[in-house]
Amino acid sequence: MGLLYGLIAVGLALIFGLMDVTNFAHGEFLMIAMYLSFFLFAFFAIDPLLSAPLVAAAMFVFGAVVYLLVVRFAMRAKANAGMVQIFTTFGLAILMRGLAQYFFTPDYRSIPQSWAGGKTISVGGIFLPEPQLIGAAVSILAFAGLYLFIHRTDFGRALEATREDPGAVALVGIDKNRVFAFGWGLGAALVGLAGAIMAVFFYIYPDVGASFALIAYVTVALGGFGSVFGAFAGGIIVGLVEATTALVLPPSLKSVGIYAVYLLVVFIRPRGLFGSM
Amino acid sequence: MDKNFAVRRRRDLIVAAVLAGLAALAPLFIKDVYVQNILILTLMYAALSQSWNILSGYCGQISLGHALYFGIGAYTTELLFTKFGVLPWFGMLAGGVIAAIIAMGLGYPFFRLRGHYFVIATIVIAEIGLLLFQNWEWAGAAMGITIPVRGDSWLKFQFMRSKLPYFYFALALCCLAWFVTWWLEDSKWGFWWRAVKDNPEAAESLGVVVFNSKMGAAAVSAFLVAVGGAFYAQFLAYIDPESVMGFQFSLLMALPAVLGGIGTLWGPVLGAAILIPMTELTRSYIGGSGRGVDLIVYGALIVAISLALPQGLVSLFSRSKAKGATR
Repeated sequence: MGLLYGLIAVGLALIFGLMDVTNFAHGEFLMIAMYLSFFLFAFFAIDPLLSAPLVAAAMFVFGAVVYLLVVRFAMRAKANAGMVQIFTTFGLAILMRGLAQYFFTPDYRSIPQSWAGGKTISVGGIFLPEPQLIGAAVSILAFAGLYLFIHRTDFGRALEATREDPGAVALVGIDKNRVFAFGWGLGAALVGLAGAIMAVFFYIYPDVGASFALIAYVTVALGGFGSVFGAFAGGIIVGLVEATTALVLPPSLKSVGIYAVYLLVVFIRPRGLFGSM
Repeated sequence: MDKNFAVRRRRDLIVAAVLAGLAALAPLFIKDVYVQNILILTLMYAALSQSWNILSGYCGQISLGHALYFGIGAYTTELLFTKFGVLPWFGMLAGGVIAAIIAMGLGYPFFRLRGHYFVIATIVIAEIGLLLFQNWEWAGAAMGITIPVRGDSWLKFQFMRSKLPYFYFALALCCLAWFVTWWLEDSKWGFWWRAVKDNPEAAESLGVVVFNSKMGAAAVSAFLVAVGGAFYAQFLAYIDPESVMGFQFSLLMALPAVLGGIGTLWGPVLGAAILIPMTELTRSYIGGSGRGVDLIVYGALIVAISLALPQGLVSLFSRSKAKGATR
């Protein structure tokens, strides 16, 4: 479960953590991705795990378009840019939820059978559900990929440089909007992957994003802003803490443990575990 | 500049008195209960947003967890009322004091945090409060509390026949929050807060006790919001954790101030006066379909206003004024 939170958080780590843009619509990105894989399954009978790359590609375009149409302008604000970002993306989240309710109705949907759904694998006598395992594997791959991408490619450096000083970056011929649009696309594609995998074993409804988004923010902040590895570590910690809390407290209180650990960590280390900002 | 500032402050006070007077007369002409309801909510959100603005706007410590204080105000009042028969007036004060104490207790570790880390911590603490109340059997858990009818009187702060007393209380609360802000703006605290917001290091080196000024802002802000929560509970006669402590509520409280103009005296009032009637009207006229059209309109409007007027609606007034000055 921790790695799944990690998978949702990795896209957010890119947008929120590396580009320093607050995105309160991240949960709604997840929701859209889940609906995409649901409809691909319902109309074309494509298994969610096979359609995951398609969903990711569609979400890439969606993320880039959202950046170019809306977020770009929110970042231009000279005064209280933080608040403008928060409320622009919050408005966007409400808008997306409303659209989902309008077109998809508020009904709960689920994907009844898929190639991996409901199967389990026995590892040394412990039965593990297969979709979760696949999610975990994809999550590790996604993190490794993003880590290499940020630290080993020109684009990764351009991204960090753009966040640090957009003016100087423009002088050396990097187009800020192209870099950030690509970053948003990539972040949305990653949450698209998460959505496709989660569509297999979660109910899909217009408000589904909200319950995961807060955990994703906590995961990113716990690991520390500006660190891909931090978000990965944050995801694992969140998963472990949640599982441990569930043993001690009633299930409805399981998130309390996660929140308490976040507070504890930032009181001791105000920049999160591996944060650089 | 000093003279202009004093003139502006006196003018603000006169405008506020005139507006409050007009608002007090409004029920003479508006008999429709539905419209009165909207007016009450508008005044309440204006008061809440004004209180939120003290900590987040003036002092620059963006809190998205103020629903916690709102919920504490509502729950303290109702638990004292339903379990011990304490009059809501005392419960309201108790709720305010408890909220202020909690705000200062939380401020102790929280105010070391900066930026996103602080904002997320405020969200998280409110969420913990929400989960605890949802699981607290004695306090009604997720079912909440239905406030029993004990009579129609100012003493018990319950009114069955007419909504007007609620209207006047909300108006008084709104005036109080506005007046506190107005008064603090020109006090030592007001100047400290703005210094802390702009540059905490510089403020500290000039002798501003940054930590204490944040604490003061948090306590005043939490107290007023909790009183608002107590009012809301009596007004609706029913509370449950999600509706008084949910994350949505923290955002709804901040929204009028942000749209109107964060860190300004008139921003919250202006924002609430436009936003709340709009919200209620879209909800009742196009929300009935249950298909989320009201959410679409509402979301689109928030995006449009935040993008078009990043400094809030008050910037419209100051812009036209600035033009007049250069002419």
